[in-house]
Amino acid sequence: MTDIYGPVTDWQDDFDHAVPEYNERAHEIWAEFQASGCPVAHSDRYGGLWAPFTHELVHEIAYDTDHFTSQGVVVNTGRPLIEAPVGPAPPITSDPPFHNIARRLLLPPFSPKVIAAWEPEVRRLCRDLLDRMGEITPGESVVDAAIQYAQSIPVNVIARMLGFPTEDEELFRGFVHDVLERINEPVEVRMEFMQRLDDYLTAQIEEHRENPRDDLTSYLLGVEIEGQKLSIEHVRGSIVLLLVAGIDTTWSAIGSSIWHLGTHPDDLRRLVDEPEVMLFALEEFLRAYAPVTMARLVKDDHDFHGCPMKANDWVLLPFPAANRDPAQFDRATDFIIDRQENRHGAFGLGIHRCLGSNLARLELKVAVEEFVARFPSFAVDGDVTWSVGQIRGPRRLPVRVDSVA
Amino acid sequence: MRVTVDSEKCQGHNRCFALAPELFDVDDYGTAVVIGDGSVPAELEEKARLAVANCPEFAIGIEE
Repeated sequence: MTDIYGPVTDWQDDFDHAVPEYNERAHEIWAEFQASGCPVAHSDRYGGLWAPFTHELVHEIAYDTDHFTSQGVVVNTGRPLIEAPVGPAPPITSDPPFHNIARRLLLPPFSPKVIAAWEPEVRRLCRDLLDRMGEITPGESVVDAAIQYAQSIPVNVIARMLGFPTEDEELFRGFVHDVLERINEPVEVRMEFMQRLDDYLTAQIEEHRENPRDDLTSYLLGVEIEGQKLSIEHVRGSIVLLLVAGIDTTWSAIGSSIWHLGTHPDDLRRLVDEPEVMLFALEEFLRAYAPVTMARLVKDDHDFHGCPMKANDWVLLPFPAANRDPAQFDRATDFIIDRQENRHGAFGLGIHRCLGSNLARLELKVAVEEFVARFPSFAVDGDVTWSVGQIRGPRRLPVRVDSVA
Repeated sequence: MRVTVDSEKCQGHNRCFALAPELFDVDDYGTAVVIGDGSVPAELEEKARLAVANCPEFAIGIEE
């Protein structure tokens, strides 16, 4: 891989979230920015990048669709080729008023009641993955909770929802890795792997045109806006969104939650002894370890609280940092498993609230429930590696199993 | 006590429905609505306050 930028020595003026150190030390870095008088980082990398770290500033940008466009939401060396208001992956890359039209097409299949019906399927999948770990010797066996467990859950669910072959699991993870983690490679390289993703999806869409069935791909091919079927670009873009947004994100949330339990035995014991605490624990996992930082592009030159933002600069929206801002949350950096007041923004704030939030919550809840039900006692044991870029979560998570139920 | 939902502010986070399904419902688009006229029986007042304290968009109100 060709990182065109290299290491960071100055987080304030040469910021880069794709340097491995960033996600490894994220909690420290955010706290430093929040305590400093200057909570906005800047960088000339990626053609201009800003990153505010307080809840107040993240909140302000998330609601400000006049100065910031969603046309691009993943910071990278290039710029999106399909313009606002549609953008390359509607509705996440869309701006008002088109955003609402595209979003309303996808809200019903992700509504709470429709998603709730997936619970038995997700639970069965989790139990299968645990079964496949084979013979476990308590106190000795080490499993990788990221690789053998978390990473396979969301990819299987979204592949089934889209009606894609689940045996292409590895391929999907590769696409998502390319899009979300290989952000600092030359534009030509990014164009090549985006093309591979497009080609794969075009073939899947063709196959669905020939054999329509009850899945989201056929649904997108059938729906209409004002009497018109969606363009192939819109269908493909929405599938890119569902695939890319639905895999690394939830994988990361599951992994971070298991990481927390594997490093905080009191919280693990509480969850095992009082499973009903999950109603609050789920939200505290999401607050304290929110995996997703979004991004925007600056529409026109804009003075943002003294920051001279230029048109087409990237702006990160680190909701995970906002969730740990002491100005917004009581005991912000503590994990309180039954936190009663929790207005976290793990799924974003404003009109772009994560479309898949109900599915993500279901997967996270069931995945953690099943893991602790099978392994009521475990501990992180070995080197953990973290993802790079806007999605933060463990990619290697060795866990020593100390008891099996 | 009565609960209210500001449908302009609600973005479908679904927190109120998860915490107090006796008081809130969600439509096909995930937008929250109060059940009935929003009246809160005494035994559900704590759940109503939880719903307020967990709405990221500050869309839920309580009238006492």
